[in-house]
Amino acid sequence: MSAIETEMSWRYVCKLDDLPVLGARVLERNETEGGNVAVFRNSEDVVFALLDKCPHKGGPLSQGIVFGERVACPLHNWSIELKSGEAVAPDVGCTKRFPVKVDGEDVFVDLR
Amino acid sequence: MSTVQKQKLAVIGNGMAGIRTIEELLKIAPDKYEITVFGTEPHPNYNRILLSPVLAGEQTIKDIVLNDWDWYKDNGINLITGKTITEIHRTRRELTTASGEKHNYDRLLIATGSNPFILPIEGKNLPGVISYRDIADTEAMIDAAKIYKNAVVIGGGLLGLEAANGLKLRGMDVTVVHVMPWLMERQLDEKAGKLLQASLEAKGITFKMQAQTEALIAGESGRVAALRFKTGEQIPADIVVMAVGIRPNTALAEKSGLQVSARPGGIIVNDTMQTLTDPRIYSVGECVNHRGTAYGLVAPLFEMAKVCANHLAEYGIGRYVGSVTSTKLKVTGVDLFSAGNFQGGEGFEDIVLSDPMGGVYKRLVVKDDKLVGACLYGDTVDGSWYFKLLREGKNVAEIRDQLMFGESNIGDVGHEGNTRAVTMKDTDEVCGCNGVCKGTITKAIKEKGLFTLDEVRKHTKASSSCGSCTGLVEQLLMFTAGGDYSATPKMKPMCACTDSTHQHTRDAIREQKLLSVPEVMKTLGWRTPNGCSSCRPAINYYLLSTWPKEYVDDPQSRYINERAHANIQKDGTFSVIPRMWGGETTADELRRIANAVDKYKIPTVKVTGGQRIDLLGVKKEDLPAVWKDIGMPSGHAYAKALRTVKTCVGSEWCRFGTQDSTQMGKDLERAMWRMYAPHKVKYAVSGCPRNCAEAGIKDVGIIGVDSGWELYVAGNGGIKTEVAQFFVKVKTSDEVLEYTGAFIQLYREEGWYLERTVHYVSRVGLDYCKKKVVDDAVNRKALWERLQFALDGEPDPWFEFDKARVDTRQFIPIKPIAADTVATV
Repeated sequence: MSAIETEMSWRYVCKLDDLPVLGARVLERNETEGGNVAVFRNSEDVVFALLDKCPHKGGPLSQGIVFGERVACPLHNWSIELKSGEAVAPDVGCTKRFPVKVDGEDVFVDLR
Repeated sequence: MSTVQKQKLAVIGNGMAGIRTIEELLKIAPDKYEITVFGTEPHPNYNRILLSPVLAGEQTIKDIVLNDWDWYKDNGINLITGKTITEIHRTRRELTTASGEKHNYDRLLIATGSNPFILPIEGKNLPGVISYRDIADTEAMIDAAKIYKNAVVIGGGLLGLEAANGLKLRGMDVTVVHVMPWLMERQLDEKAGKLLQASLEAKGITFKMQAQTEALIAGESGRVAALRFKTGEQIPADIVVMAVGIRPNTALAEKSGLQVSARPGGIIVNDTMQTLTDPRIYSVGECVNHRGTAYGLVAPLFEMAKVCANHLAEYGIGRYVGSVTSTKLKVTGVDLFSAGNFQGGEGFEDIVLSDPMGGVYKRLVVKDDKLVGACLYGDTVDGSWYFKLLREGKNVAEIRDQLMFGESNIGDVGHEGNTRAVTMKDTDEVCGCNGVCKGTITKAIKEKGLFTLDEVRKHTKASSSCGSCTGLVEQLLMFTAGGDYSATPKMKPMCACTDSTHQHTRDAIREQKLLSVPEVMKTLGWRTPNGCSSCRPAINYYLLSTWPKEYVDDPQSRYINERAHANIQKDGTFSVIPRMWGGETTADELRRIANAVDKYKIPTVKVTGGQRIDLLGVKKEDLPAVWKDIGMPSGHAYAKALRTVKTCVGSEWCRFGTQDSTQMGKDLERAMWRMYAPHKVKYAVSGCPRNCAEAGIKDVGIIGVDSGWELYVAGNGGIKTEVAQFFVKVKTSDEVLEYTGAFIQLYREEGWYLERTVHYVSRVGLDYCKKKVVDDAVNRKALWERLQFALDGEPDPWFEFDKARVDTRQFIPIKPIAADTVATV
């Protein structure tokens, strides 16, 4: 176990197969905790977590179409990088990203 | 990737075509090559089209630079300016510069552009005699205008007139010498040419028409001082600008043994932009000859650049198949546009509007119901629209009588058409959907060097939503980026993931019996692993409509509304619209709806335009329970599918009713519901010609008359109102089902994704649809049967989750659990 990992505060989310391939699920959080988190799975089984709010007008990214390492916001079709939360140029904006760990079949997110 | 492995790409020519190719290449394969660019001019890449506004004092050199020095540095490109390549040693793959330096390449791109043609007359080399091609020429003219008085421009073509206009604006007395009877004879017919001459004369420019120059005569200082015609007449000339045409600059290529065309000149390339002689050597731009044509305008160059980059990146797809070009003169205050074959001739039909006093002249040339050429003078607002019709080869038979009066008259612009892009203020809104003003668009075009509609859409969002302002945005591009703004290829790819068009994709799916989204992408060479939000839903629909019962629907390739079977709202909640057959409901249904509204605290209940009830603000997790409690079928109000069948009360109640329109509507809706389509489909049935169900603006409109039913198709009440066109009259309600069902099935099988019936019909022509559906009974029955086959057993997604492949996990949010209660980390 590395030193960095011990400092993480992993929260268990679900099994990998609970996430649809090229899709997402919503991780529920109160507004006071910062609001919902979207957990994505792409075609390579890489899992990403972003705040479920598009930097543009707050659209729920969890509902968007996932492709490559991006998601298209369902409201106005901004593309957001799943790795960084950055809007794809020429749009400008960034949504919060959360560290993800897939341990065997188990998916964990650090929600801090 | 280490630099050692990179191949070396050398580019000869630092102009628009060469650098555009590099830009395209960097987009798709940024690390593939170590790139070196050689340029003779001591400038970075600039927009040559805008030299005229610089000469006219409307812009500066700085304004027209497309890629500044930093761009080359940032992209790791080795730029060598002020050096001319004098030799290509093809077997050694080595270039030699004028000063003797050697440079190796793995692949070579020749983009040497063109040279001005210099008349072989006495005095052609005198000081003060220049051509009009680059920044140096432009600066020479600007300097001359400060000291001298008399300017002569030889050549009354596009460049010559722009030079004349600029010199005049800088205070010189300008005479244009032209050998032909009228100006711009390659772009204008005689009438338009004469009108143009009159308006330039009004600006103070003098013309010598059908005049042949014999010699240029030196003055005492040795500089040119006069011009002598073959008639012996002589006129003073302190500066002479030769603008009599360009020739592809192929000297280097010829010397290196590459095959070059004798007439009209140019390095011969194939459809992949490779030179015919040496597959390691590519060529793009004005220096090439493609299928016998050498282009001198920017749009074709950009199309070439895209194809060339694709092959340099070794994707190996995309072909350049030639371009249709258009011309616009950049002389402020003179509106002129021409495209295609505007001269007409035998077998061509002319539509002409001529108002010489008003300074307006328009000529449209039509062949086989298609617009093949346009020449506009004085009023060019519709230039881009005509150009679009021309490029897409649209059937214009049905709009022929209104064609001359332009797009606004057809009801296309959505801005009443009289707001000309040029006269708009910077603060005027162009795109109402995205709130984009004219100033924002022109600023982005200038600062970011945008050239195409797609680029403007990406950067500003203008015209990217409903698209009704596309014409205006194209005009702004025309005026801001220069004349031939359009780099839209004849066949537009579906999206940036591919070079395949919608049609090509549809055909491949049918012909090669492709049965999954990944299979389509693999077969057609998609550049991205799983497409994007634009192409995947389209492919999914094409598979579904081509192979019903065989293709397994992919919900993850659908937009959220069709995945959640409800309509997403701006706050992330959803709306629910249950189906009410023909707009009829019952007390029971209303009670269940009312109960659900209370139980799930649904904030808004609204009656829709389609005679149904909309429940707005439903939380996603409540959707399955709301559907179940209401107990009514899905209204598909969220889908590209049959929406509503709107009806009037008809003969059952109405004292004017001639047919039972409500029953007809209910029968139609039961026959067609659950039907996915390229876009939404709306029906309406009226019981008499008073047409209370507004059937005239629906995809399929049915109007009952005493003797039967009149069927109308391809109406639209949305972005731009389109009146449905009369299709056929039938007697029985069974015929109504069969004829309209067959028409819709034709649209389902052939329409492009997101193409409404109105656009589909205008693309293929109403006559075509009639031929397939009305005239051909066998085909009609076959279409109708295929629709019934596709719909037979289709599930209701609100109730048959498994069969409709609804992923119910989406309705259950996950609650995070502290990790240490599950696993030790």
